Amino acid sequence: METIKLIYPVEGGDLIEAGEASSKMKLTLKKLGLPQDIIRKASICMYEGEINMVIHADGGQAEVEVDMNQITIRMIDSGPGIPDVEKAMQEGFSTAGPTARELGFGAGMGLPNMKRYSDDLTIDTTVGKGTTVTVIIKIPQ
Amino acid sequence: MTVQQLIDALSLTVFSLSDPQRQVTGGYAGDLLSWVMGRAQSGDMWLTIMSNQNVAAVALMADVACVILTEGVQPDPTLLSRAQEKGVNLLGTPESTFTAAGRMGALLA
Repeated sequence: METIKLIYPVEGGDLIEAGEASSKMKLTLKKLGLPQDIIRKASICMYEGEINMVIHADGGQAEVEVDMNQITIRMIDSGPGIPDVEKAMQEGFSTAGPTARELGFGAGMGLPNMKRYSDDLTIDTTVGKGTTVTVIIKIPQ
Repeated sequence: MTVQQLIDALSLTVFSLSDPQRQVTGGYAGDLLSWVMGRAQSGDMWLTIMSNQNVAAVALMADVACVILTEGVQPDPTLLSRAQEKGVNLLGTPESTFTAAGRMGALLA
């Protein structure tokens, strides 16, 4: 399989609309014939990333690369950055506001879930400039 | 057991049903959406009182077999249309989450 590159814009502002990019990616991964559990892992990571970008950064862009060995998802935003990454990785820690919480988000599980369902997670963040979260999901051969 | 068998056994309300033959292999109850995504398994029936549109997205990403709105909760119109559009099995029951989970758990045992 050649490397396939996909780019999805993530709209900011409206949490209720979040999930469009993840839904589209999921359909594409299905068409590529990837194993169901791999698609599930990638979809959850992408959706959590989308939610984070909508809550904290007014949207951004998701870049997805698929090759024979792995799926790489890069979630890139120009938001406020994460001041304390270690804290942000703790289950239950959240800085999300009341609107997100009313909708069932803001449980402090976003990044922990991305870690749980990926084989590798890296966070490149600068306060005041933005954050890029990269997850890799390996495809068993 | 299939989603259709679950509907028949417990007289569930059908809001949207695109895959009645989907196998139900377990269950999860919860309303914090990220918590559900972290813990629910593929093939679970998911019991919740959340009725907003994001429920459809979570069900889709977590690959649950069906969503069951408990306590007589009705889906928001946007959840209903999103469930139909995305092919999410969306059901309901007037029972409490506790009672419904008990009965459904017994069916799967």
